[in-house]
Amino acid sequence: MATSPNSRSPLPALAWAAAAMLYGMLFLGAESERALGALLAIAAAAVVLGARSGLVDQIRASIGGNERAFDIAAVAGVLAVAVWFHEEHFIILMMTTAFLLMVAALGLTIQFGYAGVVNFAGAAFLGIGCYTAGVVTKYTSLPSFLTLPLGGLMAAVIGSILILPVLRTRGHYAALVTIAFGILFKVFLEVNDTLGGPQGIQVKPIVLFGWNFNSPIRIGDFTASFYFSYLLLALALLVLSFTLVRRLERSWIGLSLDAIRLDETASACYGLNLARWKVLAFTLGNFLAGTAGAAYGHVLGFIAPNNFTFGDSLILVSIILLGGIGNLWGVAVAAAFVVILPEKFQVIQEYRLVLYAALVILILLFRPQGLLPRQLRDYVPGSKARNAQAHAEERVR
Amino acid sequence: MEIALQYLINGLMLGVMYGLVAVGFTLFFGVLDVIKFSHGDVLTVGVFTGFATYVALKAAQVSSPLVQLVVLSIVAMAAMALLGAVIARYLVLPLSSAPALNTLLITLMLGTVLREGVRLGFPDGSNPKPFPALLPTTAYTFGHFTLRLDSLMLLAAGLAMIVAVHLLINKTKLGLAIRAVAQDGETARTMGINFTAVVLITFAIGSGVAAFAGVMNGLYYNEINFSMGLLLGVFGFSAAVVGGLGNIYGAILGGFLFAGLQTIGAVALPFASAYKDVFALAVIIAIMAWRPTGLIAEKSSERV
Repeated sequence: MATSPNSRSPLPALAWAAAAMLYGMLFLGAESERALGALLAIAAAAVVLGARSGLVDQIRASIGGNERAFDIAAVAGVLAVAVWFHEEHFIILMMTTAFLLMVAALGLTIQFGYAGVVNFAGAAFLGIGCYTAGVVTKYTSLPSFLTLPLGGLMAAVIGSILILPVLRTRGHYAALVTIAFGILFKVFLEVNDTLGGPQGIQVKPIVLFGWNFNSPIRIGDFTASFYFSYLLLALALLVLSFTLVRRLERSWIGLSLDAIRLDETASACYGLNLARWKVLAFTLGNFLAGTAGAAYGHVLGFIAPNNFTFGDSLILVSIILLGGIGNLWGVAVAAAFVVILPEKFQVIQEYRLVLYAALVILILLFRPQGLLPRQLRDYVPGSKARNAQAHAEERVR
Repeated sequence: MEIALQYLINGLMLGVMYGLVAVGFTLFFGVLDVIKFSHGDVLTVGVFTGFATYVALKAAQVSSPLVQLVVLSIVAMAAMALLGAVIARYLVLPLSSAPALNTLLITLMLGTVLREGVRLGFPDGSNPKPFPALLPTTAYTFGHFTLRLDSLMLLAAGLAMIVAVHLLINKTKLGLAIRAVAQDGETARTMGINFTAVVLITFAIGSGVAAFAGVMNGLYYNEINFSMGLLLGVFGFSAAVVGGLGNIYGAILGGFLFAGLQTIGAVALPFASAYKDVFALAVIIAIMAWRPTGLIAEKSSERV
């Protein structure tokens, strides 16, 4: 049977990327809360209508069949939004923060979503990266761009202290270990004078080949915000880690991790080395969070223990739960939502923790798989959509 | 010597508080095999309910400290018992067939809602509040060692509470039902025990006891804040784990053991006492690595 034109056509996917880009521009640019509310209502209506009319399934099939085109379109769309707002410091900063939190949330996805290793100290690993950047730029004369790999490495190394308790425990016991570590980290920062105590520590900007990241970009008439270099850096980090995590998910490593999460005993019986894969997932996840943290430290310029509380760890967990555990695009959408919404609606800034916690409770009660649930494993990209199509045609005949 | 005695009293007080929080964890785990991570924050809400009651009583011209204390404790405990039952009914029971991770997450998030609710809902809730000293503060001096009457009374009240819980679980019909459900929920149901009612009552008891521990904490330190329950919850849970989940005596023993470790850490370690919480949390992590399911290990076998 010939492949049906629908699942092959890249049009729905590209149209979707373009729509998302336009929506992002409108949303980030909207000034009044009334306009923002209207935009949110439009999005909700579009989602409901799209699901009803089958448009969502069509888009999903099209994305599945034309993955590379969609990926390129997504990155191009994000760049277009960034260039559109190149002079708005605040919007560029918001986008940068969202990208970096996405990277950290991707790290948590490897842990929670694939290997099933709980980690309620995400903000602590992010903080390790930030503080590494701070200490390296303050006390050493190492080139400042080295802070990114160093931050990731530091998070992985400090995280390895937790490997033994995390490997030996399960479920709520493992949760206790990571919660205890998260609180320990914050208390330690507060009482340690070398790390600045409760006041925090300054992080100097990245300087790459004489180019200071904090100075604005000027090319002819084009003058961009001083956050623009960081935005490009964050986007590069995001693309790299997104590719890494997706490759990981689709490889035999991802298959092993899925098996371990779903049934430890059975996968051990089939010869999977539980300890090896759990250590790999935990360490890699912490590495990603630490790398994102180092970049985040440079962006913020000044970091304090209060940026890395238990509540912030829970926000990271909320991101992966809202998006649908294990779904990478879901993580991206949820991170954007979680970062940008409270910045746009200043009213809810103070209440954001309550809001997200309540949202997660509702999701767990009524839609435990998350807003964008992870799809079943698709060994040949697009094959599932084609099969569904074939079945449908079979039934018609 | 005098200092050692001072530390002993302090350690005992902490032990009673941790033990009381741990009793809640261990009761919940007994009947439903769940860990309710919002337990510490229920304690916070309890203390703040008590504090609000005190303010209301003062506004109503009730000035006798005894009346204030009794009313405040009863209101806090009753309100938290109700809250505990509501949480069990609407958040924990509906998820009893879902993966354990979901219960864990939902109670963690609920804890956040409660904690932030206190911070944002209470007038000036972000800052610590002075908790009134309602017990007689007479001090007896023996040489360099001063013993305050209120500390003694608090200690006695805490121990009395432990005995009361013990009697309730072991000597009453309700306690028998709780133990039956803890041992085997299915069989208990076939024997005519109302499973849901027993679970709700157990959550009410645990939460009421937590509110009591919270009021004790407020009276002892004379200061309360919105995040006090987070640390007390983590310490209480660790105490319950160390003593073996599901075992009430283990929980209380765990509480004293844990308080003892913390006190020793504060006294014996060379670096400043500022690191005492860091030390205590590090001890938790170390204990979990050494004995993953507590000193009295959970017996378990697995099948595919």
